[in-house]
Amino acid sequence: MVGLNHYLVLSTILFCIGIFGVLTRRNAIGILMSIELMFNAVNINFVAFSKFVTPTDFVGQIFAIFVITIAAAEATVGLAIVLLIYRNFKGINVDNINIMKW
Amino acid sequence: MLANAWIIPLLPLIAFVAIVFFTNRNQKLSSLISIGAVCLSFVISLFVIASVLKNPVASEFELTWVDLPGFKIKVGMLIDPLTAVMLFVVCTVSMLVHIYSVGYMAGDPRFSRFFSFLSLFTFSMLGLVIANNFLEIFIFWELVGLTSYLLIGFWFEKKIASDAGKKAFITTRTGDLGFIIGILILTTAAGTFNFKEMFHAVEAGHIPFGLLTVGAIFLFAGAVGKSAQFPLHVWLPDAMEGPTPVSALIHAATMVAAGVYLVARTITIYLAAENAALVVAIIGCFTAFLAASIALVQNDIKRVLAYSTISQLGYMIMVLGLGGFTAGSFHLYTHAFFKALLFLGAGSVIHAMHTNDIWDMGGLYRKMKITAITFIIASLSISGIFPLSGFWSKDEILAVASHYHNPIFLIVGVLVAGMTAFYMFRLCFVTFFGQPRDQEKFDHAHESPKVMTIPLMILAFLSIVAGWVGIPWLKHGYCSFVFHHEPHHVEPNFLLMIISTLVALSGIYLAYAMYYKGSISPEKLKAKFAFPYKVLYNKYYFDELYHAVIVNPLLKLCDFLFTKLDVGVVDWLVNGVGNFTVFLSDVKEWFDSRIVDGAVNGLAYVTKGIGSGLRRVQTGQLQNYAFVIFFGLVLIILFKLS
Repeated sequence: MVGLNHYLVLSTILFCIGIFGVLTRRNAIGILMSIELMFNAVNINFVAFSKFVTPTDFVGQIFAIFVITIAAAEATVGLAIVLLIYRNFKGINVDNINIMKW
Repeated sequence: MLANAWIIPLLPLIAFVAIVFFTNRNQKLSSLISIGAVCLSFVISLFVIASVLKNPVASEFELTWVDLPGFKIKVGMLIDPLTAVMLFVVCTVSMLVHIYSVGYMAGDPRFSRFFSFLSLFTFSMLGLVIANNFLEIFIFWELVGLTSYLLIGFWFEKKIASDAGKKAFITTRTGDLGFIIGILILTTAAGTFNFKEMFHAVEAGHIPFGLLTVGAIFLFAGAVGKSAQFPLHVWLPDAMEGPTPVSALIHAATMVAAGVYLVARTITIYLAAENAALVVAIIGCFTAFLAASIALVQNDIKRVLAYSTISQLGYMIMVLGLGGFTAGSFHLYTHAFFKALLFLGAGSVIHAMHTNDIWDMGGLYRKMKITAITFIIASLSISGIFPLSGFWSKDEILAVASHYHNPIFLIVGVLVAGMTAFYMFRLCFVTFFGQPRDQEKFDHAHESPKVMTIPLMILAFLSIVAGWVGIPWLKHGYCSFVFHHEPHHVEPNFLLMIISTLVALSGIYLAYAMYYKGSISPEKLKAKFAFPYKVLYNKYYFDELYHAVIVNPLLKLCDFLFTKLDVGVVDWLVNGVGNFTVFLSDVKEWFDSRIVDGAVNGLAYVTKGIGSGLRRVQTGQLQNYAFVIFFGLVLIILFKLS
């Protein structure tokens, strides 16, 4: 029987993979994808809690749908930025993008 | 009219101020203002003398200057016959000198300044004459001294002229010290500055006799300085370095007349203090002889005249000391005209010849008729030849001297008269007659312009007639006008007149024989009396004596004080304080640069070092930041959970 803990473990694993990806990937698109993973880990949490803690209302599910929508918008903005970075730096390796130091 | 007599001195003062502040650039206008002012003063002085002649009493006008509790200083004017005569003399001579100066000073770069000084000089003397108290007379007295200093040193580029100015100033200041002591003694004793009140106190015997005598002698010291009497006579011959019109003014109307005027003004004091009067008479008599003897051998035309002035002033002082108020002031009055004429004539000669040495001149009569004739008239007048003005005044003096119980004054007086005639005509014969000694200069000589010769002619006229007011037979002459208490009638003494005339004529004849005909050789006389000649030629070595006794010790003292006290002690102290301050500054500088600056800079270095270390954190790598944020979050959560 799949319980709440299983979902939480899964989401934790997903979130940690996302964090790891954000901190270690050098490719900007990879970072974006890792962020998506973290969003989805959060969504799983929302839905799981909604199913197991308050089965009568659907606040968690609705919130998850909002997160997906916002994530899509965020991905658009993020990809637009990546595109501009590509044009300006002839690449999307974030190691080269260090103009914000000092 | 009399109440407005203060305008007389005021006008030249206004001229002085106007020239100094406004018209200095415009030479012609400056001289016109100056001459206009003195001419107006002259006209007013005529009114004053006319009104005093009508009513010969002393009138006094006064107003309070300083009003302190228990102490008042008043200024005012005292107009009596003596004042009126002096105003007339000063204005006349000053006016003619002003006019003459236009010609003499033409082309001088400081022409305007010269006229402003002349105006100030005239103002000072006129103020001195009308003063009615000792304080006021002292103020003007000093002003006269100052302006004479300015004028004697007028050509200050010449060191000799600026030295002469200093000498005149310092020598007269020496006398002035006595003058102010005398004023203080007398005013303290009488309790007033005012002449009249003091004379009343003197005549009423309120002042102790000893105090009066001492005060009178100190007062006389001022006159000795100003009127160039022995032993302070040394400044006057040197004052020749000034422009000749200035010499004329100094010798005739202003400056030296001030001393005689002072004694005449305070004659009441001298009549009361017989011992002081005797001192006055002896000094005057001695000076008259001393100066006349020096004048016998001098070669500078102006120097001869200078010594003759000293000698004539000695005459006046002597007779004032003998109580001859009328005679002294009368000689002052006549002397002013012929002495001014002599100086202006000498100036005319110098103007033509560009030399002062009479042995460079000669035969000038042919070139400069007006100058020569007027000069000879003045010489006759000063020699006391009948009927020129000098005759009457000199006779008056001898008459007073003849009444004194000791004949020494009379003898010296007659002797000096003869010497005067001799040296004056020595001057005339050498300068105007004979053969030219310096042909080149002679060829360049010419008669002076009209602006110079007309004053000469006016003065020549006055030199002849001015004395006629004092003819003894005249019922309302000078004697019944200017007198002390009672009209002073000296009986015309025919014997004396004849003697003095004979002495004067023999003096002239001697000069004629020696310097015109050559029947007596001056050279042989010089060789025969080599020692007296040398002493006289060097003016009894007074200058050398004063240099050795006063000037040099003073300089030595100053030098000693300078090297020892100033350099040794004062400079040492000052430098020591300076060095100590420098040392303190060094210490402070070290403290500032090392400690204060070190602290400030150290703080900056530390901040900079921390900054440069910390900025490494800002990598610009977004992921590093994210890592820090995440790690921080984890730490916070762990912290919260524990």
